Amino acid sequence: MAQEKVVLVACGTAIATSTVVAKAIEERCKAEGIPVRTRQCKAAEVPVLARDADLIVTTTPVPKDLGVPVVQGLAFLTGIGKDAVLDEIVEKLRG
Amino acid sequence: MKIPELLHPEAIFVNLDAADSTAVITELGNRLLKLGAVKEGFVEATLAREASMPTGLPLMGEFNAALPHVDIEYVNRPALALATLTRPVIFKNMVNPDEDVPVSLVIMLALDQPKSQVEMLQEIAGLLQQPDVIDKLMRADEPAQVLQILEGLATPT
Repeated sequence: MAQEKVVLVACGTAIATSTVVAKAIEERCKAEGIPVRTRQCKAAEVPVLARDADLIVTTTPVPKDLGVPVVQGLAFLTGIGKDAVLDEIVEKLRG
Repeated sequence: MKIPELLHPEAIFVNLDAADSTAVITELGNRLLKLGAVKEGFVEATLAREASMPTGLPLMGEFNAALPHVDIEYVNRPALALATLTRPVIFKNMVNPDEDVPVSLVIMLALDQPKSQVEMLQEIAGLLQQPDVIDKLMRADEPAQVLQILEGLATPT
């Protein structure tokens, strides 16, 4: 059984954009057979929560030097480059 | 269709002529306050949030959008407010706060529970990804037309 991956999904208030992003990631991972748990948080909480995450997907600027890969998630809202971002996320979770 | 359920006709402004993003947020926020959906302090909090964590979104088509919203503590019940602007106003880019985004469509979100509004949020994201629908919204002359367009929205894939 593959180990569950933790994806930290960050946005400004942890209410709106992170909800959409988390859902999209969950659906794609399910389709790919990747066990994943998403956790929504505010940008300010990222540095602390990052240590338990395999990947950070964010629609707000966050520090890049956290030792965890960071993917920008704006594509989930605008649609621009969404497939490429999903591919990148899958690749990073598999790697 | 979740968007029309939360969007009261009085919370729709078509062809709003606003001087800047502050004016739009104030107008929409005050309307939600009047409708009882949000508490005192909502407008100020939303303006403060926008200043530190902007919500401008550059989209695929001709028009860009912004999604001002704020913490749940200012919300009485979930609601949306929407404005189409006669001329674009500047919001800053959500992922790059130094970058200006000229915005013509503003959708204000008053949410009280993130996970229970997933479908509605997905519908909004879906809407943002359909430039032809946004074009139609921008050409609407009255709130009833806006609601009609939103009711006809296909469910996002």
